[in-house]
Amino acid sequence: MAALWFAISAVMFAVYVVMDGFDFGAGALHLAVAKSDRERRQVLAAIGPFWDGNEVWLLAGGGVLFLAFPKVLAAGLSGFYLAIFLLLWVLILRGIAIEFRSHVEDRMWRAFWDATFTVASALAPVLLGAALGNVVRGVPLSADGWFALSLFESFSPTGALGILDWYTVLAGVLALVAILHHGALFLAWKTDGPVRERSLRLAGALFPATVALWLAASAATAALAPEVVRGLAARPLAWLSAALLLAGLATSFVARRAGRDLAAFLGSAAFLLGVLAATAASVFPVMLKSAGDPALSLTALNAAAGERSLRLGLLWWPLGLALAIVYFVILFRLHRGKVEAAAEGEGY
Amino acid sequence: MSDPLFWHRLQFGFTITYHYLFPQLTMGLALLIVVLKAIALRTGRAPWDDAARFWIRIFGLNFALGVVTGIPMEFQFGTNWAEFSRRTGGVIGQTLAMEGIFAFFLESSFLALLVWGERRLGPRRHFLAALALFVGSWLSGYFIVATNAFMQSPVGHEIAADGTFQIARLGAFVFNPWAIVQFLHNQMAAVVTASFVMAAVAAYWTLRGEHAAVARVSLRTGVVAGLAAAMLVAFPTGHHQGRMVAAKQPVTLAAMEGRFESGPRAPLAMIGQPNVAERKLDNPIQLPAVLSWIAYGDFSANVRGLSEFPEEDWPTNIELLYYSFHVMVGLGTLFIAVMAVAALLALRRRLESSRWMLWILVLAFPFPYIANTAGWMTAELGRQPWLVYGLMRTAAGGSPTVHGGSTLFTALGFAGLYLVLGVLFLALVAREVAHGPRRPGAGAHA
Ligand code: HDD
Ligand code: HEM
Ligand code: HEM
Repeated sequence: MAALWFAISAVMFAVYVVMDGFDFGAGALHLAVAKSDRERRQVLAAIGPFWDGNEVWLLAGGGVLFLAFPKVLAAGLSGFYLAIFLLLWVLILRGIAIEFRSHVEDRMWRAFWDATFTVASALAPVLLGAALGNVVRGVPLSADGWFALSLFESFSPTGALGILDWYTVLAGVLALVAILHHGALFLAWKTDGPVRERSLRLAGALFPATVALWLAASAATAALAPEVVRGLAARPLAWLSAALLLAGLATSFVARRAGRDLAAFLGSAAFLLGVLAATAASVFPVMLKSAGDPALSLTALNAAAGERSLRLGLLWWPLGLALAIVYFVILFRLHRGKVEAAAEGEGY
Repeated sequence: MSDPLFWHRLQFGFTITYHYLFPQLTMGLALLIVVLKAIALRTGRAPWDDAARFWIRIFGLNFALGVVTGIPMEFQFGTNWAEFSRRTGGVIGQTLAMEGIFAFFLESSFLALLVWGERRLGPRRHFLAALALFVGSWLSGYFIVATNAFMQSPVGHEIAADGTFQIARLGAFVFNPWAIVQFLHNQMAAVVTASFVMAAVAAYWTLRGEHAAVARVSLRTGVVAGLAAAMLVAFPTGHHQGRMVAAKQPVTLAAMEGRFESGPRAPLAMIGQPNVAERKLDNPIQLPAVLSWIAYGDFSANVRGLSEFPEEDWPTNIELLYYSFHVMVGLGTLFIAVMAVAALLALRRRLESSRWMLWILVLAFPFPYIANTAGWMTAELGRQPWLVYGLMRTAAGGSPTVHGGSTLFTALGFAGLYLVLGVLFLALVAREVAHGPRRPGAGAHA
């Protein structure tokens, strides 16, 4: 039962990264791919109907963690206290920038919110990537299952630990570049004209960077957390995820060059899903790794809520998920095709 | 300064109070937009559609603030109340997760359809999108109120050997009687806010002689819905809240009324200042026996005073609790009066020409926000010193590893950020009101 909820949490967060990832990527790139106000509105119209729903995957994932692994949620959020608030403030600024920008037609107003939007959209994946890096590297859990980390200490993943060290920063940069690539492919799929061309060109440049960083991060992980490699080697689910990752990477490259925008975007989505799923499958059942004594790690087995809570949760959770998928299908169908810049008087 | 608990409470109280300024309008306005669009669909008259379109724009702006201020709430359970989350997650995690998956997905997807889809959807399906949004926002209200209800009056749980709370009966927990009563009262209060806001904007346009057609339908809707909701807030829903508090939290009721001694035919204080040091109510002006009736439906019932309860179980801030409760009830009474007079004038077709009444409506809109905030202060201060009533004390719920200094820093961060957002939000709403309703395609909006 706990294993099932572990898988559910992993899927929720992976879907969050894929979905909100394209908003972050598009947001971080929009100054580079959209030169005029009209083009910027085209970018906003491409993500406008989706970003809030995408963000809900984070909340729903948090809800799942709360329900099934309250101990992990409590230790993780309080232990990363300041970093969590940075992420929250970044998310606030991102949402507000999208909404506020459109309300006033003034160059300085719009320039300000465009810049805010770019910075917030770029910072979010860095923080999320660094968070994942921390989880893989491990945190200094005490015997009663709590920890606290400052933002940085020795900057080494093997010395005095802080949230940021070269390993977690590497994870953050990988996340940023992969998400930029993802966002560029999304924009290529959803837009037309110069925005599409610039997005494709950027995606072309970002692809090798993504691959290189991914290789570097994988090598670092293998060195720092050998149990991930052991898990990867031993678990068929992890092989499947790794296959998905490689297939996604290849598709995103081939399809982009073939001008098949949707397939390229889906390839990038598969790559992100694969990376996260392979990580989750390899570290299972560990959720919050102890940097010291491995016995102190919080795992899906020792940090789960009671069996009854887990079982009751399964009564309604699939229904909720099915409904959510229906809404997204409706939303994407209604907004299928390339976007024009938003018509006057509607949307952003 | 160094007591982290104080800062956790301050930050949580501040951020939640701020957050709730937005959902109360969202939830109320969602209902009124459904009404406007339903009438538009039936009568085919343009002003109703134009009004709906205008209010959807305000709704969108307000919703965005609700979303961005709501996200930190979800996280602060873990960041600031880690021990509470760890122990109760097996229970309240259920409703919080339900809120995400059943309500927030619904709301966010259909808001997108409402804002972006009028042309694509056509009138009938656009109406359905409004309806879905209404359902989503009220559902999210329900799940969060049910979460809070567990803290006010825990049911459906069991306490495991390791001290954590686990679900025993899911139905009993989700349909907690406290949640149902609180939800109905709270939703009516949200409709009061939305009605007053709608009436205020319409009254403002009327005073300026602008947008006559849309102002007329908005004024009507605001006054009719406002009168109905203001009455429903007081009776039966407010009355039931009072009875429930009397039954489940008698010490809270005593503190809300500044009642130190027990006795039958308990009076309701209209005016008076609780004096905790001397254990009495200073300068009281009271309505005899009314409290007995509110609490037990019987004018001669005995209502227990604070002295019957151990002092360590008294709410921690009796003065603020007392004033919050009285501000809420006092304003609630005024709201009924204001809307009743406005409705009478409307009935005689004199509302649009009664400038004094229009001025009152313009100036009245902040007060439902005050009443709603005071109501939640009553509920939350009345719950003290418990985090989960009778089972877990607030002092036991904080995050063990977070320093007071960190929380002070993040609280200041929120204060600064929210101040700026609040000012910009008000300015943008004011701009929208000044622009007034627009036809699609004709607006300056980009
Ligand atoms: C427009 C806002 C508004 C107005 C006019 C009123 N209320 Fe209220 N009240 C609320 C808005 C509200 C609220 C914000 O919605 C609260 C906070 C928690 C809740 O569910 O509702 C609340 C809570 C609340 C509580 C506290 C419950 C607890 O301790 O948990 C009581 C006893 C009442 N109400 C009773 C009344 C009565 C007798 C009113 C008579 C006029 C009244 N309220 C008017
Ligand atoms: C919008 C309405 C709400 C307002 C204005 C509000 C206000 C407050 C305030 C002022 C405090 C500090 C009380 C004190 O420390 O003395 C507080 C505490 C708290 N509230 Fe609320 N609250 C609201 C809704 C909720 C809801 C819906 C929940 C739960 C789902 C909740 C959970 C908590 C928790 C966990 C604390 C901290 C522990 C405590 O001090 O008891 N609140 N709230
Ligand atoms: C601790 C308490 C609370 C938490 C954790 C919380 C959480 C959230 C979150 C995460 C959102 C954004 C959803 C999105 O992205 O679409 C949100 C919005 C919302 N919340 Fe809260 N909230 C709390 C208190 C309340 C209360 C007391 C109510 C009403 C009774 C309420 C009603 C709503 C509604 C209707 C929305 C929709 C957006 C809006 O209205 O602006 N929330 N909340």
